[in-house]
Amino acid sequence: MKSSVITFPGSNCDRDMDVALTKFGFKNKMVWHNDQELPKSDLIVLPGGFSYGDYLRCGSMASKSKIMHSVINFAKSGGLVMGICNGFQILVESGLVPGVLLRNKYLQFICKNVHVKVDNKENTFFKNLDKKVLELHIAHNEGNYFCTNDQLKEIEDNNQIAIYYCDQNGNTNDQINPNGSIKNIAGIFNKEKNVLGMMPHPERMIDESLSGEDGSIFFKNLLNNIK
Amino acid sequence: MKVSAVITLKKDVLDPQGKVIHETLDGMGFNSVNEVRQGKYFEIDVKENDPKKAKDLVEDMCKKLLANLVIENYKIIETQ
Repeated sequence: MKSSVITFPGSNCDRDMDVALTKFGFKNKMVWHNDQELPKSDLIVLPGGFSYGDYLRCGSMASKSKIMHSVINFAKSGGLVMGICNGFQILVESGLVPGVLLRNKYLQFICKNVHVKVDNKENTFFKNLDKKVLELHIAHNEGNYFCTNDQLKEIEDNNQIAIYYCDQNGNTNDQINPNGSIKNIAGIFNKEKNVLGMMPHPERMIDESLSGEDGSIFFKNLLNNIK
Repeated sequence: MKVSAVITLKKDVLDPQGKVIHETLDGMGFNSVNEVRQGKYFEIDVKENDPKKAKDLVEDMCKKLLANLVIENYKIIETQ
């Protein structure tokens, strides 16, 4: 299976994502933001980081870069696209997934492990996942998911919420919400569920020495689903 | 000509920065503040001398990049 990771100026999780994808059997290529053409891929990943220094709004500048025209076309023709952290911010700014990511409610940069509940398994990303709660890592300043009431209704009607912040038993409530996201939303799909944006970093949890291995479960499952 | 644009958060969007600024002002003794909302201000010098065209151009920029219309409003101010 072939994957491509896009590097924007200021991306800093691109190589971690390359390591993770390669470890679980993807043949990965790194693609520069100024390129126009995507290599033939089964999966495109927009990695975490601080593209363009988070100027203007996080992800806003990167969403207008040359390669994004190809990424948007790829997504619109049904290709799998995943945006992690800053990649999620780029996805909302490009309009591929609904909503926006605001500054964290308590104005703190949050860097810690969290639990997320996987609710929707009728999609390529989470199908057959044998765990309901994953422990993943978050590191962000703008992860406070927000959308209009109309958008929220549409998102819920179409089952577009991918993962929720929760406790280790899968309970979602305000106390466990790290950043103020509406409904504890940590990740969201487009309507067709071939585009996933999420704040947690699965690529940071792929080895025992990296404080957890739930990312491994995610990547192994993803590869099997794409095969 | 120079055209300015002011981007503000929509009414229903939480503005934690504005809230902290409000609290700080309060702590400094400015007790008469009802609310603070933080926004952005852009001064754009465009190669266009027709005020209508210059304004339209900056409006297009606001829609496509400078503002995110899910959470923000924009207002164009003509300068010179």
